[in-house]
Amino acid sequence: MVGREVGVSMTSTGTEASAAGWDEARLSEQFDATIAKDQRIEPRDWMPDGYRRTLIRQIAQHAHSEIIGMQPEGDWITRAPSLRRKAILFAKVQDEAGHGLYLYSAAETLGADRAELTDALIEGRQKYSSIFNYPTPTFADVGVIGWFVDGAAICNQVPLCRCSYGPYARAMVRVCKEESFHQRQGYELLLTMMRGTDGQRAMVQDAVDRWWWPSLMMFGPPDDDSPNSARSMAWKIKRHSNDELRQRFVDMTVPQAEKLGVTLPDPELSWNEERGHHDFGTPDWSELQRVISGDGPRNAERVSRRRAAHEEGAWVREAATAHAAKQAARTKKSEGAAA
Amino acid sequence: MTQDWPLYEVFVRGKRGLNHVHVGSLHAADDAMALTHARDLYTRRNEGVSIWVVRSEHIAASTRDEKDPFFAPSADKVYRHPTFYDIPDDVPHI
Repeated sequence: MVGREVGVSMTSTGTEASAAGWDEARLSEQFDATIAKDQRIEPRDWMPDGYRRTLIRQIAQHAHSEIIGMQPEGDWITRAPSLRRKAILFAKVQDEAGHGLYLYSAAETLGADRAELTDALIEGRQKYSSIFNYPTPTFADVGVIGWFVDGAAICNQVPLCRCSYGPYARAMVRVCKEESFHQRQGYELLLTMMRGTDGQRAMVQDAVDRWWWPSLMMFGPPDDDSPNSARSMAWKIKRHSNDELRQRFVDMTVPQAEKLGVTLPDPELSWNEERGHHDFGTPDWSELQRVISGDGPRNAERVSRRRAAHEEGAWVREAATAHAAKQAARTKKSEGAAA
Repeated sequence: MTQDWPLYEVFVRGKRGLNHVHVGSLHAADDAMALTHARDLYTRRNEGVSIWVVRSEHIAASTRDEKDPFFAPSADKVYRHPTFYDIPDDVPHI
């Protein structure tokens, strides 16, 4: 396995280390010390199996979310109202593909196999963010996704830039740089619609009403119902709890909503002077459970479309492989003739 | 499950005067495709002026677990550093 990738780890952990005569206790101590010093764990380092498994699961889910996330907005590329909006949307959806690929690349440094990850997604063995299972019936949805969904993603991803696993953190740095464009184009789109007709303003408010609660659910279940959080925080994979990040998102979004002139659909939303934060209502957690377990408005469609894209692209992958083999053989032959 | 294209490592020179830096990896059928994929994936916003790609399996790497024996010789030669030498304060430009 050595050299399969720059710094890719041995998939059977500890092989190199045992050759050096180190026992697991000492390796574990060294791992803990690296985390305690706030240094990064790199691919070839020894790491506990649980750390590796947790990261592969999280990074794969994150990658799948980016890839599935191309669909709700991608639907609007051919129907964008102007060339400007079409070009922006194209660039944004292309970025989502890019983010997915950065993340798959990070997962592979942990020994995950790319083809297996794709299979896990289309066979429903691995999940992706529940938010992408909601429909996008109007163009205002494109704006609200940029504003809420990418805004929430920024809240989640900025702390991940300091995640203890080096390749994941570095991928997040690139993603965050690009995500700001996503959020701003969404907000600008909505501003433009709000300056338009009554019909357009109603369309924006309707999209806000539909996306607000699912966006709050993007941060995951409440802290007292998030069993793996404590361990991820101890490993410094996660830096803030779900509820902290959710609060940050609400505080960030409320003044933006005021400027835009829309109402966030939560009667309990109000500024709490004492806490220095907004109070807000409780999302319908049973809805999150339903959508996660596959029963959201668009789950089946999203996965079947990903599967179709993968299967319909098989001949391209095979043709490219055959072409590469033919070229390699030709080069070899002409080198042989020259010698 | 079908076999993926081979894995390539990607190195990008951010601008003239800088070294190529490792930015990540990707799958491609051959070198030419790896270069165009690397351009699309890692330089969408003027992040580079030059790209290297190399099959991951062709890279040899040191391992962290042998870092003591492997890198130790550089730690015990303090005379390699300028601060090892005592020079009077009134000697200029040194």
